[in-house]
Amino acid sequence: MSSETKQILTTDGIPLEVSLKKAERKNKIKAFLLVAPLLFFLIITYIFPIGDMLMRSVDDRMVTNMLPNTFKSMEKWDGNDMPPEEVFKSFYIDFQKLVEEKRDGKLSTQLNYTKNGFKSILKKLRRKAKNFEEGNYKEQIMAVHKRWADVEYWRAIKRRAPAYTNSKYLKGIDMYKNEEGKIVSVEEDRRVHRVLWLRTLEIAFFVTLLCFLMAYPIAHLLATLPMKYSNLLMICVLLPFWTSLLVRTASWMILLQQQGVVNDFFVMIGLVADDNRPEMMYNKTGTYVAMTQILLPFMVLPLYSVMKTISPSLMRAGKSLGGTPFVTFWKVYFPLTIPGIGAGCLLVFILAIGYYITPALVGGASGTLISNQIAFHMKSTLDWSFASAMGLMLLAGVLAIYWVYNKLVGIDNIKLG
Amino acid sequence: MALPKYTEPHYRIWHYFYIFICSCVFFFLIAPLFVIFPLSFNAEEFLSFSEGMKNLDPDAFSLRWYKDMIYGTKNPWGLAAKNSFVIAIFATLGSVLLGTVAALGLSSRHMPYKGLIMATLISPMIVPLIISGVAIFFFMAKAGLAATHTGIVLAHIILGTPFVVITVTATLSGFDHSVTRAASSLGSDPVNTFMKITLPLILPGVISGGLFAFVTSFDEVVVVLFLAGLENTTIPIQMWTGLREQLSPTILAVATCLIILSTLILVTAELLRRRSERLRGINR
Repeated sequence: MSSETKQILTTDGIPLEVSLKKAERKNKIKAFLLVAPLLFFLIITYIFPIGDMLMRSVDDRMVTNMLPNTFKSMEKWDGNDMPPEEVFKSFYIDFQKLVEEKRDGKLSTQLNYTKNGFKSILKKLRRKAKNFEEGNYKEQIMAVHKRWADVEYWRAIKRRAPAYTNSKYLKGIDMYKNEEGKIVSVEEDRRVHRVLWLRTLEIAFFVTLLCFLMAYPIAHLLATLPMKYSNLLMICVLLPFWTSLLVRTASWMILLQQQGVVNDFFVMIGLVADDNRPEMMYNKTGTYVAMTQILLPFMVLPLYSVMKTISPSLMRAGKSLGGTPFVTFWKVYFPLTIPGIGAGCLLVFILAIGYYITPALVGGASGTLISNQIAFHMKSTLDWSFASAMGLMLLAGVLAIYWVYNKLVGIDNIKLG
Repeated sequence: MALPKYTEPHYRIWHYFYIFICSCVFFFLIAPLFVIFPLSFNAEEFLSFSEGMKNLDPDAFSLRWYKDMIYGTKNPWGLAAKNSFVIAIFATLGSVLLGTVAALGLSSRHMPYKGLIMATLISPMIVPLIISGVAIFFFMAKAGLAATHTGIVLAHIILGTPFVVITVTATLSGFDHSVTRAASSLGSDPVNTFMKITLPLILPGVISGGLFAFVTSFDEVVVVLFLAGLENTTIPIQMWTGLREQLSPTILAVATCLIILSTLILVTAELLRRRSERLRGINR
């Protein structure tokens, strides 16, 4: 019907609809231009580098580039029997080039990741290869060490041919691709990472639970007390919130040490003997206690902001209709606070799952989390591609939670202080 | 929270139990901060209360560690404090500038893909710091900015902007856009309108976002650990090293100073929040 009616024109004769669209577009561009500087800054300095991490975590071109001829001649080899002379020849050429460039050490580290035992036989090969005669490299190399005559080692080299690999991700969950190309778990006593993932989840879960149990009553108190008292008590929540994380961790280190205040107190009330003070730091207990206190404000604040909006007359109405205080609380008040509970729990869980500083200082060996492992590989073993892979696995988990958070609460509703 | 006279006894008990639980939680939250104060005045080299301190013997207390913090030979706190302040100030300025401008665009109802862009802008706050640290380190190493002040400032701008974006968008949500329209209709150009009308009204949000950005930068240790060289050491790095290696009471003296600083920031932030709430109250 509207298409039949006469178009409304602006004073300069352009249809109103077109004119309005033009103005809207101008406004859109204006708004976007305001956001653009920050957006592009973040894309270049932050989003791309995270993509770079993804590249690093799957990139396996290092070995591919070190043995170009070998992998080329291996293409024709089916991997069942010993490779033909051609493979041995090109491997000899590639290896001699690496030795000249003094890069054979890197190759042996990389191949040793794939299969143990490469380090020594490569060293031996380097020594013997100087005196090799031209022709029949197969026999000469196989004579260097019996492992060179083992087809398993040649298969291991072939496995490193693709330029991209998921081996770092598999390693992150204690799995690997075995000789037949099947994905299997490593032996039980070498499963270090699964334990860490589980521990991270466990600690994040219980810290969230503890925070919730402690935050709910005080958020309720803060929301129901008269303003002048609640403002005063709010300082108890906000002061830790604004205080340096390291200061708060330091205070827990002082409190929890063996000669510390908490242990002194336990001795004083006779809970433990003076000569048998329990170890409360450098283990899980330390991580739990310190992380709960540090993350508690992040639970209290969203709960408080939701509880503040619940009218006290609702509780009075519930009671006047015959509900006991407990029933009214459970049937009326509690359901109304669920948005706050969701927000607080997800926020604390997200923060706890990626915690690094506090576990590293008070956690000892049994209280460290996956973040500590990432930092360890970044700084000590320098296996950056593995650190990237673990980081991205953690990130995937966090983004999933973030997505749920966004659906439930909306990121625009995050409240600070 | 006085109870009405007709309250039944078991609810009365429950109520006192509830107050007791709350007191315990408040104590748990705030008490750890106060253990640092007395110990920073310890005359001895231990991090636990000496017998003299327990008996309040004046000789057991001294300003020794504060003197060490300021005058101590080859001690890093002076350089660390200078670096921390310089980095935090520049990072705050950068975050506030980029964040406020972006928030103005985001609050416009014409903004396309608002949800997606908001999610991107907030992401440095949600992504675990260790991952941000690794990613930013890769970027800075490639850009040749590792172990420079510039690199750390840029990294802290990345981490600080989400707070500014959030606080300023929150302030702008209660903002009455008819005042800017009124200004334009009276012949003011957009820049003038922003400086004279919008900025003064959203200033509390901008400042509290800036405070968040300042604290984030001043307290940040994970990313700096990846980026900093010896010359760029900051207070958090020194605290981190100190806490890992030798727990000396000097750290407690520094910690006390930091608690005083955070108290000042808290008071400022609270005053701003109340002012902003008052202003938004008028709009309603």
